[in-house]
Amino acid sequence: MLKSLGADARAVRRPEELALVGGLVIPGGESSVIDKLSRIFGLAEPLKSAIRAGLPVYGTCAGLIMLADRVLDAIAGQQSLGGLDISVRRNAFGSQLDSFETNLDIPAVGVTPMHAVFIRAPVVEQIGAGVTPLATLADGRVVAVEQGNLLGTAFHPEMTGDTRFHQYFLDRVRSMA
Amino acid sequence: MNDITTIENSSSTENFGSSRVKRGFADMLKGGVIMDVVTAKQARIAEDSGAVAVMALERVPADIRAQGGVARMSDLDLIESIIAEVSIPVMAKTRIGHFVEAQILQTLKVDYIDESEVLSPADYANHIDKWPFTVPFICGATNLGEALRRINEGAAMIRSKGEAGTGDVSEATKHIRTITSEIRALAAKSHDELYVSAKELQAPYELVLEIARTGKLPVVLFTAGGVATPADAAMLMQLGADGVFVGSGVFKSGNPEARAAAIVKATTFYDDPFVVASACRGLGEAMVGINVSDLPAPHRLSERGW
Repeated sequence: MLKSLGADARAVRRPEELALVGGLVIPGGESSVIDKLSRIFGLAEPLKSAIRAGLPVYGTCAGLIMLADRVLDAIAGQQSLGGLDISVRRNAFGSQLDSFETNLDIPAVGVTPMHAVFIRAPVVEQIGAGVTPLATLADGRVVAVEQGNLLGTAFHPEMTGDTRFHQYFLDRVRSMA
Repeated sequence: MNDITTIENSSSTENFGSSRVKRGFADMLKGGVIMDVVTAKQARIAEDSGAVAVMALERVPADIRAQGGVARMSDLDLIESIIAEVSIPVMAKTRIGHFVEAQILQTLKVDYIDESEVLSPADYANHIDKWPFTVPFICGATNLGEALRRINEGAAMIRSKGEAGTGDVSEATKHIRTITSEIRALAAKSHDELYVSAKELQAPYELVLEIARTGKLPVVLFTAGGVATPADAAMLMQLGADGVFVGSGVFKSGNPEARAAAIVKATTFYDDPFVVASACRGLGEAMVGINVSDLPAPHRLSERGW
């Protein structure tokens, strides 16, 4: 998706690869595994430093959990990178049977509602003063946030082909370059 | 200001169990390791070792093979105890064609159902019609035609079969190579040759056309069956698998905790021999295993499924 928007996208699995990018997307997956591997392979500390130094980072689903300062329902010993002053509840909807798609109004990226896919998704339960909520579910629960150069969504824009969130993020990355 | 519109939009379109939701979930498991577990304690070890999901079973394939008899859906209390123990996704197996076992597993809220040749088939002609279920299904395949027939029935994830419970990776190698090679062959064909390809693969033309155009399956392709070492896992990843199932290989080995974590590392950095080499050290005994060539044909599980 980033490539289709003209970005030079590459995978980052090692600290030396992190130094080559102007922005980072932390994708979905199993947050407890992403946390574990990022620490085992020495990527967690360089990531935290980069986030503190202002690297634009966009986290989707598990990526949102990694960017949260506080994680609820984490597994024992699970850590996050932090940066977003929010509490995120991991796997907030239940099992895969409770995964769903729906439409969300997200004025920050355009007037047309965005079709959003939630897969064993987290929700943002509490936000700090510096955090802007960008989207909520019908029941008011926050599912997209922004704070400084950090962006997070509980859903997966890459699964529907809607490029607006990634464009929004790339605009930020390019403005930093 | 826009709250009322939001509520109307959302409630009218909220959609559970769509193909996108089912296949998208499998996408989130990519690059990961899914481990067979038979107790809540093993499930805990798997989660702590970095598994992206667990398969809840009464017996691992090596024991099913050793003990013989009819292998069925696992004890429901056992599955529930595993769901209660871990926060990562829990999968469970149903017999091929046993749609009522699948209905039961769905009531337990398992995250994925494996319609598996490791259990004794309940129907030697039909697989489960998987479309009516909200829970997603994974099915085994030894070749592209079989994979496409399963996708046509609604499978949202495919795993190459291998020969479960042996610790012999050769069948897994054969099946993942067969599937990826048949995909490449389709992608090289001209449009008017695809009608015959569909006939030969015994698969729907529309799916064959889609594979030819995209050069890949429309669902995630994991590999399974006989994976016993980090090197096995890394080899199957290099051969094109999106992720790895480890059945008997972890908990039939000398040091399950270390081996589980090592297979996770080797799967993540499958293309880096230095990482895989370090993952191979200090693991104790691998499972003893059985050579597939020593198994009489009627005892080969991978030949179940049609």
